[in-house]
Amino acid sequence: MGANEVVLCYLVASVCFILALKGLSHPSTARRGNIFGIIGMAIAVVVTLMVAYTATGKIGGILAGILVGGIIGSVIARRVQMTQMPELVAAMHSLVGLAAVLIAVAAINNPIAMGLMSPIPIGSRLELFIGTFIGAITFSGSVIAFGKLSGKIKSAPVVFLGQHWVNLALAIAMIGFGAWFFMGGGWTPFIIMVAIAFLLGVLIIIPIGGADMPVVISMLNSYSGWAAAGIGFSLNNPMLIIAGSLVGSSGAILSYIMCKAMNRSFFSVILGGFGAEEGTQAAGSGQKSVKAGSADDAAFIMGHAESVIIVPGYGLAVARAQHAVMEMAEKLREKGVNVRYAIHPVAGRMPGHMNVLLAEAEVPYDQVFEMDDINSEFGTADVALILGANDVVNPLAEEKGSPIYGMPILEAHKARTVIINKRSMASGYAGIDNPLFYMDKTMMVFGDAKKVVEDIVKAIE
Amino acid sequence: MVAAIDPIVVNLIVFVLAIFVGYHVVWNVTPALHTPLMSVTNAISGIILVGAMLAAAPAVFDWGGYMGVAAVMLASINVFGGFLVTQRMLDMFKKKEPKAKTDSAQNAKGA
Repeated sequence: MGANEVVLCYLVASVCFILALKGLSHPSTARRGNIFGIIGMAIAVVVTLMVAYTATGKIGGILAGILVGGIIGSVIARRVQMTQMPELVAAMHSLVGLAAVLIAVAAINNPIAMGLMSPIPIGSRLELFIGTFIGAITFSGSVIAFGKLSGKIKSAPVVFLGQHWVNLALAIAMIGFGAWFFMGGGWTPFIIMVAIAFLLGVLIIIPIGGADMPVVISMLNSYSGWAAAGIGFSLNNPMLIIAGSLVGSSGAILSYIMCKAMNRSFFSVILGGFGAEEGTQAAGSGQKSVKAGSADDAAFIMGHAESVIIVPGYGLAVARAQHAVMEMAEKLREKGVNVRYAIHPVAGRMPGHMNVLLAEAEVPYDQVFEMDDINSEFGTADVALILGANDVVNPLAEEKGSPIYGMPILEAHKARTVIINKRSMASGYAGIDNPLFYMDKTMMVFGDAKKVVEDIVKAIE
Repeated sequence: MVAAIDPIVVNLIVFVLAIFVGYHVVWNVTPALHTPLMSVTNAISGIILVGAMLAAAPAVFDWGGYMGVAAVMLASINVFGGFLVTQRMLDMFKKKEPKAKTDSAQNAKGA
C-alpha cells in the first residue's frame, strides 16, 4: 500500500468522523452516527497497522497494547454510572494528553521510525514542542479535574497570592525551554519543558471551583483535540490533524455555550476563584417568610393542573430521584395532565448531563425541552415543579445590579403556581438569595428529593 | 507551477479547513446530546492511536518502543471506552413506544 492510498483511506475515515458528529443533530440519527465513527476508527487503525507491518513487521507491541487498552476501555464503558460521566470524560482527556507526550518522547528518541528525518528538522521540532506541551497540560489538568469531579480532591477553588503571576512566569519559562529545544538543545530543555507543562496544568485547574466544572471539562475536551492535532503536525499525519481539529473545535464550542449559560466570561473562569469568597454571604436575608407545604399538597395541586413543567437540577441526580420523577410524570399523564421537562444548559455537571440522566430513567426525549424552546410556555403553565435547582430559576438574573444579572434562566416564576423541593434554605452555587422562594404563589416542600417525589406519587394515587 | 509545497503548508490547509468543518457540524448538535458529543469526541481524539502505533513498531525496539506501546494502550482505552459508552448512552434516548409517531422514530433502528 503506497503513501497515497494510505492518505486516501484516512480521508474516508475523516468523512466517517464528520458523519459521526453530524448524526448527533438528532437522537434518532445519533446511533447511526456512532457506528460511522466506529467504522472510521477501524479504517484508520487497520491502515496504520498495515503501514507498520510493511515497514518493520514488528507489530506485536501494537496488538498487545490495543488488546489491553481495549479490554480496560470496554469494562469501564460497561460499568460506569451515568452520574459519573463527567469523571469518565475527564479521565479520558488525560489519557490523550499523556499519549501525546509519550509519542513525542518516542519521536525524539527515534525520529526515523516515525517518518521524520534525523536529526529532526527545525520545523518539526517546533511542532513537537507545541504538541507536547498541550498534551502535558491536558494530562495534568484533566487529572486534577477528575479528582475534583470524583470527590477525591476538594472541589473548592485553591487560590493563593500572586497565583496568576506564578502561572505567567511558568508559562514564559516553558516557552523559553521550548525555544532552547527548538534551537537544538536536545533532551535537557525538552524534559524541563514537559515538567513545567505538567505543573502548569495542575495550577491552571486548581483555582477553578466546582460550579465551573462544565466549562473546565469542555475546555480540556478542546485541549485533547489540539494535542492530537499538534502531534499530527509533527508526524505530518493528516488523519491526526483532521480528527484532532474536529475534537478541538467541538470542545471550544461547548466551552463557549457553557460560559454563556452561566453568564461568565471564558477569561474569568480560567482566572478562577469563583464560588469561594462569594459562597458564604448567602444567608443574610433569611428573615422573609416562605410558605411550606407537604407532598400531599403538591400532589393535590398538580393532580388538578392542566399542565406541569418539571425543572430538574443536579440535586435531583444526587438524590437519585430520576426514576421516581418519571413515575410521577406518568401518573400525572394518566390523569390527563400535560407534563414536560425544562432543561437549563448547566443542569448537571457537564453539557447535556441532565438529558442523559433523564434518558437513563426512561423519560422519552420528546417530553424534554431545552431552555429556549420552553421558556415561553411557563406563562401558560399551571405548575412549575422545581426539583433540586436554584440559580437557574432565580429571577434576580433579570434585575440590573444583581451578581447574576444577565444569566439566562428558566422563567419558572411566570407559572401560575411554583412548587419547589429543596433540602433546606441554603443558597445555590452562586451564593445569592432567590426571591422566587418568597413569592406568594410559591410553595416550598422541604426534604430529600427522592422521598418527596415518592410521597407525591403515593398521594396522587 | 511550483516544484514542491512544504508539508507544513499542506498541514496548515488541512488544519484550518477541518476546524471550519468541525465548527459548523458541532453547532448543529442538539444540546440534549452534548454529553454523548463529548464521549464520542473522546473516542475520536483516541485517533492519536495512529501516531502511537508508529512509535510502537520501530525497527530496533528500544525503550522508545515501550513508550509507544504504552501510548497505544492509553489511546485504545479512549477508542473502545469512548465509542462503547456513547453507544450505551444513545441507546437510552428513545421515544415512548406506545405513542411512537409514524415519522423519524423508526429510522433509528436502521443503524
